[in-house]
Amino acid sequence: MKPVAFEYCRPDTMDEAMELLAEFGGDASVISGGLSLGAMLNMRLVRPAALIDINRLDDLADIRIGDATATTGALVRQAAAMNFPGVMSGVPLLAKALPWVGHYQTRSRGTLGGSVAHADPSAEIPLTLVTLGGAVKLQSPGGTREVPAREFFLGLLTTDRRADELVTSLVWPLRREKTGYAFEEIAQRHGDFAITAVAAEATVGNDGNIADLSFGLGGVEDRPIVADTAGFIGKPATQDTADEIANTVAEAVDPMIDMQANADYRRQLVRVLGARVLSAAFNDAKSAREAS
Amino acid sequence: MLRIKPDQKKRVTLTVNGKQVSGFAEPRLLLTDFLRHELNMYGTHVGCEHGVCGACTIIIDNVATRSCLRYAVQCDGMELRTVEGLADADGTLNALQKAFNENGALQCGFCTAGILMSATKFLQENPKPTREEVVDMLSGHICRCTGYEQIVRAILQAGGQ
Repeated sequence: MKPVAFEYCRPDTMDEAMELLAEFGGDASVISGGLSLGAMLNMRLVRPAALIDINRLDDLADIRIGDATATTGALVRQAAAMNFPGVMSGVPLLAKALPWVGHYQTRSRGTLGGSVAHADPSAEIPLTLVTLGGAVKLQSPGGTREVPAREFFLGLLTTDRRADELVTSLVWPLRREKTGYAFEEIAQRHGDFAITAVAAEATVGNDGNIADLSFGLGGVEDRPIVADTAGFIGKPATQDTADEIANTVAEAVDPMIDMQANADYRRQLVRVLGARVLSAAFNDAKSAREAS
Repeated sequence: MLRIKPDQKKRVTLTVNGKQVSGFAEPRLLLTDFLRHELNMYGTHVGCEHGVCGACTIIIDNVATRSCLRYAVQCDGMELRTVEGLADADGTLNALQKAFNENGALQCGFCTAGILMSATKFLQENPKPTREEVVDMLSGHICRCTGYEQIVRAILQAGGQ
């Protein structure tokens, strides 16, 4: 399996990258780590006229920790994020999700931005960004814009990115007070594509009730989604409530069917993993409250 | 900016196991194929060509990664380490290779080059890994002969445990 012949373009500056995007638009593929795109090129699932290699745009490898958010450049390798203490302590859900992403030998090269731009529905990094309510920053020859993660993913491998835009960075809300985080998934082999991945951010008040909740699901529908849990705000943050939320959400989702699993199995994973992850997030929130 | 036309061959010069070597590559030539067919270095194996099996893993600029998901033209000027660089010039195996030999950590050998290069970088970062850490690192490789247990033992032995 070899890719189709393509023109190789390696910009040294952002301006050059913009020129190339203006020239090729949708006929080009942008490559960063290439862990997903490289496989698709080799299988000829994508047949670009040009490959725009952004690996020399060093500015895109920056990580900035602000007052309320962490901003990771599109080129930040997954392993680099795992080795960056400010990301691991500041964005606990990402810290919990990254060990599930691929393997030691793929995280070393695979990027956070590439995973988001690729938009595999089962991918952990998009799910984490959506669960936390983060954002995607994009740049085109016409300017820059920031899209909320929950509006960025449109479907299977499809995003709101326009053909002449480059994902430049991701914006991650930092850890919040009295809030707990949990992440888990089931895959055929650790590091493979998740059949279902579940993430939660839960804030628990001093009264022990749920004050805020974001319950994210990956690999279930054609994009990472946040379940509607508004009806459970104010309920006690207990295992019983976790079970109830997971059971309710499992009935509401419209799961994908593929070679790995049918809809019933995915619903069952939402129930089992969901109850586990919600309960873990509640407990994590209580620990965070006691520690503060 | 560097631009190479689809049918244009560009000279690629890189350092492999301390030696400067060069060959020609059109943009779509995979680094694995460049190593094997341009440089005649057959130690790096080609398995799935989509990053899953791990057979092609080598060390590029000090990072253990898949060489089937890289293009040779991306690697101009870079420093590579491949399985050919592990043993001494006279063929004496290094400690990791000896541990593989002593523990029966290979049978057909197809996956071995990739695992050796992963383990080389992994032990450099984490010289005394736990069993769990070794197993987690090995999840990025597929071996159809050994059942992995002997490989885990060999890497732990090379790590001095």
